[in-house]
Amino acid sequence: MSWPLYEVFLRGKRGLNHVHVGSLHAADPEMALRHARDLYTRRNEGVSIWVVRATDITASSPDEKDPFFAPSADKVYRHPTFYEIPDDILHM
Amino acid sequence: MTSSTCDAGALARYCLALGDDALIYSHRLQQQVTRMPELEEETAIANIALDLLGQARMLLARAGAILGQTEDQLAFFRAEKDFRNVRLAEHADGDFAELTGRLLIFSAWRLALFTELSAAPDPVLAAIAAKGVPELTYHRDYAAQWVVRLGDGTDFSHDRMQRALATLWPLTGELFRPDPGALVSVDPGAVDAVIDMVLAAAGLDRPDAVPPAAGTGRNGVHTEAMGDILAELQSVARAYPDATW
Repeated sequence: MSWPLYEVFLRGKRGLNHVHVGSLHAADPEMALRHARDLYTRRNEGVSIWVVRATDITASSPDEKDPFFAPSADKVYRHPTFYEIPDDILHM
Repeated sequence: MTSSTCDAGALARYCLALGDDALIYSHRLQQQVTRMPELEEETAIANIALDLLGQARMLLARAGAILGQTEDQLAFFRAEKDFRNVRLAEHADGDFAELTGRLLIFSAWRLALFTELSAAPDPVLAAIAAKGVPELTYHRDYAAQWVVRLGDGTDFSHDRMQRALATLWPLTGELFRPDPGALVSVDPGAVDAVIDMVLAAAGLDRPDAVPPAAGTGRNGVHTEAMGDILAELQSVARAYPDATW
């Protein structure tokens, strides 16, 4: 017997977004939620859990790393670092 | 009634009984931790066993404060006849269906009890009970999920679950027997309603009521299994009474 794999995302007490924490096996999403509670919130880590079937995630391939990500490495003008910030603009 | 007028002896005896339920039940679950069908279930069972062990420690410590003994003395140096747990707690689960069915019955009953006890006159017992309520709510939910899955699963799993209920049912009568030492009473109808709701969702038949056996664990009369449990639970502490860990 082999249950499908689920990926688990937790939102911590002070966090605004759900963060991937790991994966587990479960027969369906309801069971995955309970397993996630038992495996990943034992030390008071989370206030909200998302579970997603691993097969439902479309991921970028490591083979496509260069066409996907290399072109952005030399586009310094995409970073907003060329502006003079006036002195009376605070907290930037 | 305030705690000062509450009979301290009765309070100690009742904390001992509730603590023994949790201690023995926890030990039974710990024995199953490496035998679950999936790794994820092992963590779930270990969490539940730890919750119950935590309840046992606090309840035995409360009883011990009155009796002048430590929680370890009460757990490791009492004889079988001095343990007050219900026999349902000491039952050896024959399979996963028995494990989940037994946990459903036990946690539904104990949750009803702890909900009542949250307003107990003794503030320590009331606080222990209030802390246990969310734990037991999760245990009951975990067990109910599995009883429904197995009951409503395949013909094979349905039969196994129905058989498990038949095995467990004779042990349920003891839970609702009038207990002169109890500080609160639980409405059997309310617990039955919860269990019936789960059984209905699972498509399982409620077994016929069985009159409870003559003796009761609350009076120190246990099943044959109890000796083995205590031998395993107590042997290290008895061989090395001064050991610390």
